[in-house]
Order: sequence, then structure tokens, then C-alpha cells
Amino acid sequence: MTKPELKPVIDVQHVSKVYENGTNGLTDINLQIKPGEFVVIVGLSGAGKSTLMRSLNRLHQVTEGHVLIDGQSITEAKGRNLRRLRRDVAMIFQNFNLVKQSTVLRNVLAGRLGYYPTWQSSLGLFKEADKQRAYKALERVNLLDKVYQRVDQLSGGQQQRVAVARAFVQDPKIVLADEPTASLDPKTAHLVMNDLKSMNQELGKTVVANLHSVALAKEYGTRIIGLRAGRIVYDEQIQDVTDVDLADIYNDGSLVGEDQ
Amino acid sequence: MKLPKQTVAQRFHIRFFGGLIILLVLLIASNNFLKLDFGALIQNFDQFLALFKEMMHPDWKSAPFVVQPMLETIQMALIGTTLGTLLAIPAAIIAARNVVTNKWITGFVRIIFNMIRTLPDLLLAALFVAIVGIGPYAGVLTLTIFSFGMITKLFYECIETIDNGPLEAILTTGGKRSAMVMFAILPQVSSRFISYILYTFEINVRASTVLGYLGAGGIGQQLQTSLSQFRYDQTAVIILAILIMVLAIDGLSNFARERLQ
Repeated sequence: MTKPELKPVIDVQHVSKVYENGTNGLTDINLQIKPGEFVVIVGLSGAGKSTLMRSLNRLHQVTEGHVLIDGQSITEAKGRNLRRLRRDVAMIFQNFNLVKQSTVLRNVLAGRLGYYPTWQSSLGLFKEADKQRAYKALERVNLLDKVYQRVDQLSGGQQQRVAVARAFVQDPKIVLADEPTASLDPKTAHLVMNDLKSMNQELGKTVVANLHSVALAKEYGTRIIGLRAGRIVYDEQIQDVTDVDLADIYNDGSLVGEDQ
Repeated sequence: MKLPKQTVAQRFHIRFFGGLIILLVLLIASNNFLKLDFGALIQNFDQFLALFKEMMHPDWKSAPFVVQPMLETIQMALIGTTLGTLLAIPAAIIAARNVVTNKWITGFVRIIFNMIRTLPDLLLAALFVAIVGIGPYAGVLTLTIFSFGMITKLFYECIETIDNGPLEAILTTGGKRSAMVMFAILPQVSSRFISYILYTFEINVRASTVLGYLGAGGIGQQLQTSLSQFRYDQTAVIILAILIMVLAIDGLSNFARERLQ
């Protein structure tokens, strides 16, 4: 599935993160992700999955090392440059992070905010092409009929799919999904994972997802990375992953991953 | 079954009883200090009755002359609330700790806003009457500053209670902080903001009736004139008019605020 000649779209070099209270979040992470991969990160709660993911778009500041997005360092970027890089890295959250009081359309259009000056977006002066983009994204996730409804009238699963639509219109190179299915029922979880899969296969976006479910990880990932206590302990292409390996990631190494 | 230990303070409700004792001590101390004479209030009750008797015959013919200053009072409250709100929105955003993460900046502006809020409205009115002269202009300035202080605090505390998730989401789209304010913050707080603005307007209407007393325009000035001329029959009309206006505005604004919930 991966093409070895491609340059990595995400390049994590010697990244460590120590929290202000002294806890080690991440220790010397090295990780290269190629365009078009669907990487699933697994590990116990507190293993550093979210910390790693939030370091990739710099919602977290790393203590050491660099993260390169398509060859450019996001860890050193400032202001306009940082915003440009973030625009290329969409994110889907466990709690959806939509503005519940706003309409579905406005939430989806928020995905385009990186392309507009604030005065223009505030007045709702989005280009017709971008509105079409939003409608198309909603059609993809099967929610076009909800376009003018307030988000708080939707179910959790529908809300997460609105968040997916927001990531669609952002037109990123990379989609990060931080426990995207953790608050959804199994059926809806599959719908959301299918959305991510289609972004990956049809639109060629690189996807990195944190998942708790081993079954979903095996079903959707092209590569599995295991984290334990802030270190990468496992990294294999999906065809080489065995159930024993996965069980090891969760069970081995006593309970060091549980503190924090 | 083994329960975790309660602290001594928890077991004997130290906070509650401690607070009660402090309150009692303060009450007794301030009464001794002021030497309040409740007897005088009862002795002078006949004076109050005499005044009341005169006011029982309102001079209805003076009613039309009440309309103009009454409108002026409402206008003062309206303009003061609006200007105060316009200043308070950016101020509250700078003071909110989930928007501006630099504690030095939020701390500094909060000290300034606290100082502004501690200025009593009557003191402000006296100041502005001295600066810009007698009339509604002084009243508007007073109410602007007064509303600013109050609304800023209500607003930034409101902003700090919102869900911060959408704020992060805007950052990950590559949006600016200003876009975050417009798309993630204001939609979450707007209905509560409107409720606070209406509430401030209610307070401002009541405050502006008193401000006129210091020469800051509006119905209060009329009230003061009638009292100083001992025209209690006119005073009665003015007080009735104020009562009706305040009741009407409180009612309307309460109705609107309930609909917002």
C-alpha cells in the first residue's frame, strides 16, 4: 500500500513532551508517515496517543524535537505560517467540537476559515464555490437535508459526521482523528470510519486515527502503531499485524501506561 | 464498611457556623457604631403621613410635562447601555482567560475593569456634571461607564464558561483568533449576552431616574425641582410615572429574557 519512494507527509523527529507537572507525555518519538497511509495508533488510555496527535498540529507544544508537515516544521512555525500548515491538517475530535448553537452549514463552512480574512467570513461572505463544497461534503455524509438545522438538534453520530464534513471542506493533506468513535454506538462508528476511509481512498488524504477498538483498527488501518508509556512499541503494516501483537500492546508492560 | 475520614471542619460545619458568627459580630458592631435610633423613625411618622396626604391629590394637569423628561431618561439609559456594551465586548474578550492565555494581560486588564466597576454611579454623575455641565450628556456618560463596568464582568465570566472544544477546532482549520471569536465564541454566548444587556438596561433606567437628581438630565431633574418647590402634588405624578415606566420596562425585559432561555 505504501510507496517507499514518496517523501513522508508527516515526519516526527525525536519528539519528547514533558508536561509542566513533570510527567513524561512522549519520549523520543520518531515516526514517518507517507502520503495515502491510513495509520491507526493504539494503546492504553494515558499511553500518549492524544498527546502525540495534538503535537502533530501543535495544539500541544513539544518539549524537544521537530514535527515536519510536508517538509516544513510546524513546531517552529509562527503566525501566518503556522495557520497555513494547520490548514493542511484537519482534525476530528472525540467530542465533535462543533458550535452547537450554529447551523450545520455554518459549522461546515468553518472548515474554510483558513482561506478567508476574518471580516469576510464573519459577514458570511463565503464564495459560492465554497458553499457548493459544503453542500457536497454534507451530501457525502448523508446529511444534506439537515443543512439549515442547528447542530444541537442532531444526534451524536450525525454531529460527528458534520465534523467530518467540516474536515472535507478544509481540503487538507492530512486528517487527524482523535478517538473519533469513542462516544458513538458501533453502527454509527462504522459510518464515521467509512467516511474517513473514503477520504483516504477516494481523495487520497493521509489519515491518522487514535482508536480504542482493536476490531476497527484492523478493519480500517493500513498500518498500526502501538504506544505504551509515551514510546512507540509497535509499528507494522496491516498485513503483518497479528492478534497476539495487538493483545501485547494492551496487556504487556504491566500497567505503566495507566499512570498520568 | 469503611468510610474515608471527614476533616474536623467538615464534621462540625465550621464554615457555616464560622460565617454566621462573623456576620452577627459585624451586624452588632455596625449598629453600635451608627447608633441607629429606630424610635425616631416611629416618632416622625406623622411627618411622613402629612407628606403622603399632600401627595394624595396629584396634579394631573402636570402629567403632559412629565412625558418629555421621561423619554429623555429612557433615551439616556438606551444610549448609555448601547455604548457601554459596544466597549464591553472587546474588553471582555481580552479579559477572558480561555481566549487570552497570557495571565499578565488578563490580570492587568481585570484590575483596571475592577477599578472602573467600583466607582459608584452617583460619583460618576457628579464628576461628569462637573466636566460637561448639567444635562443628559452627563447622564449618558455616567451610564456608559457604569454599564461598561458591569457588562464587562458579566461577559468575561460568561465567555469563560463556554465549551472550549470548538475554539480548538477553529484553530485546527487554520483560522485566526479573530475567526475563533466570531465563529466559536460569540454564537455560544450571544443569547446570554442579550439577556445581560437587557438586565443592565433595566438597572440603567432605574439608575437614570436618580441621576437626574444630580443634574444629569431626565425625569430625576423634574423630581428634584418639584420637591424643592414643595409641589408634592406634582411629585406624586412624577413618582407614579416613574413607577409605571420601571414596571413596564422590567416586565418587557423579563419577558424577553425568558423567551431567550
